[in-house]
Amino acid sequence: MRRAIPVLAALLALGTAGAPARASEPVTIAIDHFQFGPNDITVEPGTIVEWVNRDQTIHNIIMPAAKVASPGMDTGDHFTFRFDTSGDFSYLCGLHPHMTGVVHVKAKAS
Amino acid sequence: MSDPHFDIRLSRRRALTCLGAWSGAAVLWNVVGGVPVAYGKSLDREKPRAGGFAFAQISDTHIGFHKDANPDVTGTLRRCIADLNALPDRPGFVAHTGDITHLSKPEEFDLAGQLFGEIKVDRMHFVPGEHDALDNGLSGYLQRHGVQGGGKPWYSFDDHGVHFIGLSNVVDFKVGSMPTLGDEQLGWLEKDLASRSASTPVVVLAHIPLWTVYEPWGWGTADSARALTALRRFGSVTVLNGHIHQVLQKVEGHVAFHTAMSTAYPQPAPGAAESPGPLTVPAGELGKYLGTRELHVVRGKSMLATVDRPIAGAADVAEART
Repeated sequence: MRRAIPVLAALLALGTAGAPARASEPVTIAIDHFQFGPNDITVEPGTIVEWVNRDQTIHNIIMPAAKVASPGMDTGDHFTFRFDTSGDFSYLCGLHPHMTGVVHVKAKAS
Repeated sequence: MSDPHFDIRLSRRRALTCLGAWSGAAVLWNVVGGVPVAYGKSLDREKPRAGGFAFAQISDTHIGFHKDANPDVTGTLRRCIADLNALPDRPGFVAHTGDITHLSKPEEFDLAGQLFGEIKVDRMHFVPGEHDALDNGLSGYLQRHGVQGGGKPWYSFDDHGVHFIGLSNVVDFKVGSMPTLGDEQLGWLEKDLASRSASTPVVVLAHIPLWTVYEPWGWGTADSARALTALRRFGSVTVLNGHIHQVLQKVEGHVAFHTAMSTAYPQPAPGAAESPGPLTVPAGELGKYLGTRELHVVRGKSMLATVDRPIAGAADVAEART
């Protein structure tokens, strides 16, 4: 059964002082064959990124810089996180640490 | 250990016979003269040599897994348990080398506990797998199996003159690094070993291999060198791991490494597929992927001999001299 894992509400408040940044469209990252695809993306602050597990085994998302540790995602599960602060956020699967990716968050030049 | 030319004879048999759904097996270890000797479980009914004591190893039961590679992991574990219970000599204990559960759910731990209760054995020893450390870390695992380590996932005990050590290398993953044991645990290990005689046989239990099986898939432990340095002075060290769901063996000096099969599902050989993970094979053909192995190591004679038998029973004997 597809199970949605909600955005971690407590983490939404991180770095949101001042006017909220304009978000780009939500971005989906597929987990397939033990790889994140795409595994290197750049988004604007406020963007929601969704990871969807298409593998037969479980994965999770560990992102130390954002203090994110997702629950284990079984096949079909997804996890979302909104990036409100600029920076480079490397992440990995805590079960398979060779699976890595990075999300670059930066505002569009005006 | 009285014989300086110590002799480790290892015999593993993965038995599927003709049962397509059966993917599990256990390994019976018999300690003779302080040296662990492994006997494959399902086809092999040879009786361990007298004078020693036996223990069994099971691994990667993944209770809760239900995908194509094996929709019935409970059934295959039960088959494994039946094989253990049919042994002519009851093992002293069963060591489980991690991934008891698939998702660390309380109900999975509970079901696993019920199933393990069907094993006719006095006690079990566990080490955690990364699948036992999801969501709330090792809290669920430690609630059930943390007594031996006083709340830590590492511990040691002695049995029949053998020093057994359980280690944890399944938490605190870092980007771009293989799993680690960590400084706290390594410090404990060095202290635990410091007072032991070098002639004491040592058996180490850990989930993820303590040798680098295949780094691109994270099949190794980044800081295992420090642990192996502490173990190197001992005359007989046997390291039993799980995680990769297949039997691989390696000997470095006095240290013999062995990975175990899963009772749940197979995984590809290192680098043989695009990625690791559950390997789905056609129904009835799982036996082709599992087989038997006997390994005889005689130090001092610089000889390593292996005997591999596929499920079909045809013996394929290979001997390599080093």
